[in-house]
Amino acid sequence: MTRQMSGAKMVVQALRDQGVDVVFGYPGGAVLPIYDEIFQQNDIRHVLVRHEQGAVHAAEGYARSTGKPGVVLVTSGPGATNAVTGITDALLDSIPLVVLTGQVPTFMIGNDAFQEADTVGITRPCTKHNWLVSDTGDLSDTLHQAFHVATTGRPGPVVVDIPKDVQFASAEYTPPGKAKTNHYQPPVKGDIETITELVEAMETAKRPVFYTGGGVINSGNAASQLLRELVEATGIPITSTLMGLGAYPASGKNWLGMLGMHGLYEANMAMHDCDLMINIGARFDDRITGRVDAFSPNSIKAHIDIDPSSINKVIKADIPIVGDVAHVLEDLLKVWKSRGRKVNREGLQQWWAEIEDWKKVNCLAFTQEGKTIRPQHALARLEELTKGHDRYVCTEVGQHQMWAAQYLNFEDPHRWMTSGGLGTMGYGFPASIGVQMAHPDALVINVAGEASWLMNMQEMGTAMQFNLPVKQFILNNERLGMVRQWQELLHGQRYSHSWSESLPDFVKLAEAFGAKGIICTDPADLDDAIMEMINYDGPVIFDCLVEKHENCFPMIPSGEPHNKMLLGEASTEDAIGNTGAVLV
Amino acid sequence: MSALKIKKGSNKHSAYNLRPTFSDVIERHTLAVIVDNEPGVLARVIGLFSGRGYNIDSLTVAEVDHTGHTSRITIVTTGTPQVIEQIKAQLGRIVSVHEVHDLTVEGDSVERELALVRVHGTGDQRVEALRLSEIFRARVVDSTHESFVFELTGAPDKIDAFAELMRPLGLGRIARTGVAALSRGR
Repeated sequence: MTRQMSGAKMVVQALRDQGVDVVFGYPGGAVLPIYDEIFQQNDIRHVLVRHEQGAVHAAEGYARSTGKPGVVLVTSGPGATNAVTGITDALLDSIPLVVLTGQVPTFMIGNDAFQEADTVGITRPCTKHNWLVSDTGDLSDTLHQAFHVATTGRPGPVVVDIPKDVQFASAEYTPPGKAKTNHYQPPVKGDIETITELVEAMETAKRPVFYTGGGVINSGNAASQLLRELVEATGIPITSTLMGLGAYPASGKNWLGMLGMHGLYEANMAMHDCDLMINIGARFDDRITGRVDAFSPNSIKAHIDIDPSSINKVIKADIPIVGDVAHVLEDLLKVWKSRGRKVNREGLQQWWAEIEDWKKVNCLAFTQEGKTIRPQHALARLEELTKGHDRYVCTEVGQHQMWAAQYLNFEDPHRWMTSGGLGTMGYGFPASIGVQMAHPDALVINVAGEASWLMNMQEMGTAMQFNLPVKQFILNNERLGMVRQWQELLHGQRYSHSWSESLPDFVKLAEAFGAKGIICTDPADLDDAIMEMINYDGPVIFDCLVEKHENCFPMIPSGEPHNKMLLGEASTEDAIGNTGAVLV
Repeated sequence: MSALKIKKGSNKHSAYNLRPTFSDVIERHTLAVIVDNEPGVLARVIGLFSGRGYNIDSLTVAEVDHTGHTSRITIVTTGTPQVIEQIKAQLGRIVSVHEVHDLTVEGDSVERELALVRVHGTGDQRVEALRLSEIFRARVVDSTHESFVFELTGAPDKIDAFAELMRPLGLGRIARTGVAALSRGR
């Protein structure tokens, strides 16, 4: 079935046909025809944000918590440029987004028209792909292709730039099934010979470890299921990146905790000392590897990734497998079972004994004493009081993010939304709005630092308008904690501009928006205050005043390998050399 | 490690990978990239090279299939084997890219470049320039009493050699197209 309609109507029809139920956006001159169509229908809900960056992060939160693409609608010029940070964030974390931007009419492009920006030029390096639609006749095909590209292969953000005259003009609408598809179709099956090679290595390895990442979550729930089956059946220990938390449950018996710069001692030591490293959907990011030339020096490295450019980019893969995690794990399990489900039992037993010794270091141990709340304690209590709930957690970026990753436990994929690759302060609050839109009855918590949170605090208006009971759990140390920590370790304790001056009264701020504000300063009141937050039906700003000079440990100092972790304050003296100081 | 059957660093997946991928040797590779001929496609390719810090020694592009609207971009680049592999993988990731061929490793290929070379001179020097141009099979496409413009095709080193010979004879400006390359028939 094809029919004539305006470009603006086509946009709404294409979204409907792609199964979109919510759009995050902000209107403006160049998207007025599309907004007019949105006004005249009830299938697609539109969430009016207060800043375009918020729209993109909200769409990311929606996408990460559902596995579906997030959709954003913004106007030309400043609307599009404000979206760039969010789009880049989605690119680095491989989050599927379709961002629709208005553009000045085609006949004005290049004239420095009002609110004109070269949106496809600006977003070319921060999207997976982008299009400028110059003819209404191409619009529906392009929109369907946009969803295809965003969600196929390694997911990512795409931008469709739609000039205003293209929105007004009419053409025939093509539904998804009949749309021209482009050639983009990355293979999902891994090479079976190489998979067999990995199985052989798994059968004989004495000290194997699974190192999993966001690719497992992006691959879908089947991938997490298969991973769990594989880990349980082989008895091989498993660690995960920040992005991959929840793919394997934190309560699982083979779980070592997160690895990396602020990862757990046992996880990093296992990575350093293993003889077989099986990377599943992770990308050897610099937060993970530390010093590359001393990274896990004696191991064979297998790398499963859907993106061939991830392989051999940082670390040489001895067993490279290009494919979708779920497809590869399915084949891997089949081959391993058909060859008799062999593992090196003796080796594994010794390996686990070593790991148990590392676990005894108890690297996350802390004591809560005195009248000041320690941030670790705040998160440990939050975990204890919320773990039974249908819970989703977002974070901002900084110390609180690392503590959240360390002290909160994730049992399922899609429950943890954090800006990993780009490290975008201001991500968490709008992301929590997107999550709550997708899961109206769930408990959605944004663990924040006060400085990050202020970066997108205008979204309180959005949370109130749409009755989204998001809980903003702010660990307030009146510092840019992670910056302060690095200045302490690297810059002679000269705390250049890393404190939060002139902070608002968060309780009054909440009340000004009509939300609930809770302040907690005393460890003795913490549990009651958290319960009050959970039980309140509406958005809450929880101002948790915590120890101001707490550092985040464990820490692999930059320029050092995994086995040179700092475990606490005593070990920080001159920990970072000159070569490490230039790294971020 | 001895418990494992496979050798560290082994890689049987491509003959190309038999040499050490992480070696420091700088190699020169000619890549042919087949792309959709659509607005911005060249910017995507060039942006990839500049954004990730790769080298472009030469780049040529033209539509080669007018019905399928595909263009062939020929890129000469230099880098360590690991960087060359990354460049190919990153190119392959661009949605508008259909194929990436590394002509340097996919067997023999022919590389040609066209150059227009102006040589100023009179008397003996002018005669010598004309004599040398015949050896290089260069054609005179413009002449005045004081200058010639030679048209010359060949591999880049042949054009370099020609320019060097012309230098003492009054070499003026040179325009070069950059390399176009095609694999030899097999």
